Amino acid sequence: MDKKNLKGWLYLIPAFLFLGVFMIYPLIDVFIYSFEEGYNSASQNFYGVGLYNYSYVLHDPYFLQALKNTFILVIITVPVSTGLALLIAVGLSSIKPLRELFQTIYFLPYVTNTLAVGLVFMILFKKTAYSDGLINLLINLFGGSSVDFIDGPYWAKMLVLCLYTIWVVMPFKILILTSALASVNPIYYNAAKVDGTSAFRIFRRITLPMISPMIFYLVITGFIGAFKAYSDAVALFGTNLNTAEMNTIVGYVYDMLYGDSGGYPSFASAAAIILFVIVLTITCINLLVSKKHVHY
Amino acid sequence: MKIVLQNLTKKFPSRTKKSKDEVVAVNDFTFEIPDGKLIGLLGPSGCGKSTTLNLISGLQKPTSGKVFFGEDDVTDLPAEHRGVGLVFQSYALYPHLTVKQNITFPLENLKGIHKMTKEEMAARALEAAKLVQIDTLMDRKPGELSGGQQQRVAIARALVKMPKVLLLDEPLSNLDARLRLQTREELRRIQRETKITTIFVTHDQEEAMSISDLIVVMKDGVIHQIGKPQEVYDDPINQFVATFLGTPPINIFHGYVEDGRLFIGNEAVLSVTNVPNQEVTVGIRPEGFILDENGPLTCKLNRVEVMGRDISVVSTHDLCDNAAIRSIIDAENNVDTNSETVHFALKPTKVHLFHKGTGERIRFEV
Repeated sequence: MDKKNLKGWLYLIPAFLFLGVFMIYPLIDVFIYSFEEGYNSASQNFYGVGLYNYSYVLHDPYFLQALKNTFILVIITVPVSTGLALLIAVGLSSIKPLRELFQTIYFLPYVTNTLAVGLVFMILFKKTAYSDGLINLLINLFGGSSVDFIDGPYWAKMLVLCLYTIWVVMPFKILILTSALASVNPIYYNAAKVDGTSAFRIFRRITLPMISPMIFYLVITGFIGAFKAYSDAVALFGTNLNTAEMNTIVGYVYDMLYGDSGGYPSFASAAAIILFVIVLTITCINLLVSKKHVHY
Repeated sequence: MKIVLQNLTKKFPSRTKKSKDEVVAVNDFTFEIPDGKLIGLLGPSGCGKSTTLNLISGLQKPTSGKVFFGEDDVTDLPAEHRGVGLVFQSYALYPHLTVKQNITFPLENLKGIHKMTKEEMAARALEAAKLVQIDTLMDRKPGELSGGQQQRVAIARALVKMPKVLLLDEPLSNLDARLRLQTREELRRIQRETKITTIFVTHDQEEAMSISDLIVVMKDGVIHQIGKPQEVYDDPINQFVATFLGTPPINIFHGYVEDGRLFIGNEAVLSVTNVPNQEVTVGIRPEGFILDENGPLTCKLNRVEVMGRDISVVSTHDLCDNAAIRSIIDAENNVDTNSETVHFALKPTKVHLFHKGTGERIRFEV
């Protein structure tokens, strides 16, 4: 290695140092913890090495509930939010008057505190002794009977959680898609128009393929984000998520570490590694699919 | 199909909201494009050529005036329904589709009785591709093609639906000099084979002159002259047309007419019997000079460039607007390169007089 190279590595040391200490070391540590049975962080000792932590987590009904919740959340919110965001972005791009105003309005949720938004959702959906909440009023108006969305049946709670998540993640997607749409050279639209292409076909055959890299970017990050959901559930249902049957995998990890039933870093690590494997697998599948369908 | 433009005008609102100045891109165009001809729209950049093309294609709506295809008024018909073929300056090939998909794209839009099966489309696409000689590149993406190949794909895509009108917007501007020469010949061949009324826009006068049946010379949204290329060259209507056409460009002198004689400085260079006394602008084509030791026009000799068949004498004159006067004469003539001056006689048909203020042509008899 000559001097020049050495100098280069020298410059890289701060970055490597920080990455190593704050990212790589903790990652490896979590991986190790997940195999150490009965690890106690206070006494720093453990009973043995094996797969017991994984076995425990995978048989824990709370974890299975969290797994189910997370998957439902991912499967519903990612496609719905991306699709809706695309519709709104296309709408925003095709209107001229007040476009900036609408863009600002659609972006507002992104800069709003999620916990505050959660509070608003709770007030909208919650049924109390004094009031049925705005949503229930609407349901009553159309002849339905009131449902308690916050403390009621599982599907009602899941519905609110999904709606809330979609509402929270949409602004960013709309922003990305609006700029992606704006970056499509209008000459392609002109060319298609001259060739007698209908508006719908222009969208399907030209617009969609041209912005497909951005759509796939949003799908991949959307999947990752939804798998890591936690604060959304807390904002709506409080910290006791296991009782509410609304826990997520990240919530389970948190509970195992610091919750009322906490103090089990080994179980938490195992759950975290399981989440990591799931996200990795899904992302790989996403990338494979996108390679086939994304042009460029 | 013939195309008729009637008092066609396109104004663009000013960019700044406060000023009320409008930009008139196309100003009161009236002319008829005969069926099956190749028309070159020619002018300096910003003169409204592309806007004219967009008005014919329907991508832009005229502020006033009408467009007729044959006998049909298509002014209010949107671009989707006009059925013209348009080749864009940047080709606008869909980058995510293969050459074949690009060419079949217009066919897939056909509806009703015109709807085609996949086999018919493939056959038509291949036919169009063969015409422009890209049938071996059908499975490539536009990004994998050279500029010339992309341009041919764009032409094939415009031709595949068999349009009655083909519009080309600066189709050769992205090609290198050799490819440009070759492609313009091909354009001519394709146009002859298909007999589609074709309008093409260019700022390159040589390109327009070489392949057009008719050229339309425009400037600042106004048509200056329409005619066969050679006629427009030989008989320009004003100073702009004369200076715009021709390489090397026409040489512009300041002169005056006195008693039926044209003076440049104090040298009477030509007799112009029916022109009243006035100051004039004199345009002399490079081929309008005759090397003559007793010739009336005296220029300072700069250098002589030998170009095989011809020689180009480069000289200067105090009353000439051009930085250098270029005169093209037969190589048989000998120029004394040691001499400080060179003397010319002039060919009357290659000398044009223009009004000093308006630039209008002043016709004269020898």
